[in-house]
Amino acid sequence: MENLNNNEYQKFADKKVPKPTYLKNVILAFLVGGAICTIAQGVTNFLESQGYNEDLCGMGTSIVMIFIGSLLTGLGVYDKIGKVGGAGAAVPITGFANSIVAPAMEFKREGFIFGVAAKMFIIAGPVLVYGIGSSIIAGLLSILFKG
Amino acid sequence: MALKRIGNQTIKLLNPPTILSNYSIVGPKEGQGPLKDYFDLIIEDDLWGQESFEKAECKFQEEAIRSAVDNAELSLKDMDFLIAGDLLNQIVATGYSARELAIPFFGLYGACSTMTESLSLGAMLVEGGFADKLVCATSSHFSTAERQFRFPLEYAAQRTFSAKWTVTGAGATVLSSYGSGPYITHVTPGRIIDPGITDAANMGAAMAPAAMDTLINHFQDTGFKPSDYDLIITGDLGIVGKSIVMDMMKEKGYDLGSVYTDCGVEIFNPRAQDTHAGGSGCACSAVVLNGYVLKEMKKGKFKRVLFMSTGALHSPIITQQGESIPSIGHAITIDINNE
Repeated sequence: MENLNNNEYQKFADKKVPKPTYLKNVILAFLVGGAICTIAQGVTNFLESQGYNEDLCGMGTSIVMIFIGSLLTGLGVYDKIGKVGGAGAAVPITGFANSIVAPAMEFKREGFIFGVAAKMFIIAGPVLVYGIGSSIIAGLLSILFKG
Repeated sequence: MALKRIGNQTIKLLNPPTILSNYSIVGPKEGQGPLKDYFDLIIEDDLWGQESFEKAECKFQEEAIRSAVDNAELSLKDMDFLIAGDLLNQIVATGYSARELAIPFFGLYGACSTMTESLSLGAMLVEGGFADKLVCATSSHFSTAERQFRFPLEYAAQRTFSAKWTVTGAGATVLSSYGSGPYITHVTPGRIIDPGITDAANMGAAMAPAAMDTLINHFQDTGFKPSDYDLIITGDLGIVGKSIVMDMMKEKGYDLGSVYTDCGVEIFNPRAQDTHAGGSGCACSAVVLNGYVLKEMKKGKFKRVLFMSTGALHSPIITQQGESIPSIGHAITIDINNE
């Protein structure tokens, strides 16, 4: 195997891997993501009908969707939704809830400090760091240029 | 003088040790696969009543070793050595199962190549007169491997088509200096080969060149041809790796044809069981050997088998640093005759 050319081999090996089913993935992501967002819109409409103002409705919807995402993760259902829905299940706030609850559950046996608490953000951590980081930069830019 | 060495990297055992007994335990998913009738014990609860998956894996391995020794109608005290390993950091599944067994112990880390690595070293110890009887074993567990190498179980991630499914189970084999076969007649230890694959979800492609290197050296050293074997079986290359080996070996003049398959391909039904490229993990080759291969040899279906376990010797930390995956394949010849 000494005369194996790595670049050629990697090209050859790539051809052996079945191609991802992009069209199917996109359609399923649209349907699953769309379904989650439709449920969230239903929650918002319900809160509005109860007479809450726009800010409270947005906040209330987030809280309800985070609860649903966490509950379905705990029941062992959300990973199955994610398998079908891909990004459609990962991008909504339910997916963010899943990315925190899943490691929290996984590392429960290592204790509440070094397990649950320390490992809770292994997947969501980068989203938080760069999300908060970029929002600070956007905020500074808006102060500088908008006055 | 190394009297028992032939060619580049093969050992010919002049007094081939016998495989006295074998035992395999698998988890629920493997117990629904195509080889389900061959496994000695199928555990429906993958925690097996333990507090954690790591402790369950220890129990899988310990029970496989105890049962293999029982099957040989021997006791643990008769074992001169235990040679075993697993996938977990510091091979803890093995250390903790060995804690319960009180057998002089050599721990191995060969990732998924551990079964053949342990049988290779075990066969040499027996043949060299350093042991009369010893036991070789390994284990892996889907849920311990996922958390160490990939994601939490409940995390909603999609797996790629080249990804494989870690086998939950354990296999153990008792070797002896006396007995009526099957015999381990040749050992071809592998070299590390690294074709530069950096995707840890495509280990079949990473390991295939190491498997081919060992196969070619084995054929050159021993003079055997693929057709001299009734079965040539690699460890856990899966569907992607098997296809690469078939094509590239043919290019090099070795038509493996219908005698060749891969444990990772055989153990699951990829469509019905949604396992993508097939099975992997130390237990993949261990349970296919101790379940399917050795049982079919004793029934007479296979007379001479080239058995190989393949391992990817990386860790998540070093692949995050951009390193590629160094791989290895160890091979042994198992023959029902000792000539």
